Amino acid sequence: MSLIGPLLLATFLFCVGVYGVIARRNAVLVLISVELMLNAVNINLVAFQNLLFPAEAAISGQLFALFIIAVAAAEVGVGLAIVFNMFRNRASVNVDDVDLMRW
Amino acid sequence: MTGHDAVFLLVALLTGGAALLTVTSKNLFHAALFLAITLAGIAGVFLVLLADFLALVQLVVYVGAVAVLFLFGLMLTRAPIGREALDGQNRGLALAVSGALFVVLSGLIIQSFGGVRAAEITGPGIREIGIAIFANWVLPFELLSMLLLAALIGAILLARRESGDSGEESAERRIDFGDEPPTEAGAQALPDADTAGELPAGEPVGGGER
Repeated sequence: MSLIGPLLLATFLFCVGVYGVIARRNAVLVLISVELMLNAVNINLVAFQNLLFPAEAAISGQLFALFIIAVAAAEVGVGLAIVFNMFRNRASVNVDDVDLMRW
Repeated sequence: MTGHDAVFLLVALLTGGAALLTVTSKNLFHAALFLAITLAGIAGVFLVLLADFLALVQLVVYVGAVAVLFLFGLMLTRAPIGREALDGQNRGLALAVSGALFVVLSGLIIQSFGGVRAAEITGPGIREIGIAIFANWVLPFELLSMLLLAALIGAILLARRESGDSGEESAERRIDFGDEPPTEAGAQALPDADTAGELPAGEPVGGGER
């Protein structure tokens, strides 16, 4: 199996995530796009581990992917809590409205 | 093209299409459901790559928990449904940035890894993964549990409606948002500014005595 397929898929997913982060205005949809980017990185890690370095003793690629999954779950929890707080204080989840710290 | 390549191509097309629909869908709930399909497709990619433990973790954590969490988030925030409300005016900028990034990255990847082929895929079994976690990766593992605990407490503290006098907010304070939210400091700034003009007249006498 060629390595280029998973790498190109991961690149595509990452760029779709970048598009979503920039184009979307709803904060929850921005978080969804961030999840897409994190998953793209996971595909990269697993592909390199299983296709290029299958004999590595400490299974670094897959374990990094596992850690990224756990950190992403924590990120979603805290991010959604912040979004709820924002919705409660401002009655909107539009990221363009939160410009208090804009220069 | 081997059988692995063919299966991977199918799963990759499903995943990529669902990802595109996730960021372009006009309906919020459809976007979240397409995200679930994308994540399930990524689990399929893991299966094709013979990372079966990771595929199951992906299904349990992402499709089971995170997608449902996003659906709850969308429902609780009662966001408006409609294209103009969902996408900002910088869609062209987003398209340019992501398109340029994709061209550059895929060019670099094809140039570096274009001819690399693995004869057969060998994924570590779940036994090796467990041994590696508790032999080589114990410290990151424990740190991760601390991080999850901190995130749990932080999320509860952030999302909790405060009990007490600040619990029920008046309607005008909730709706009124914009450049400068009304604060008590801002309301008190005006009387202070008025008296500040009168104070220096009498101040030099008192200041000179000290």
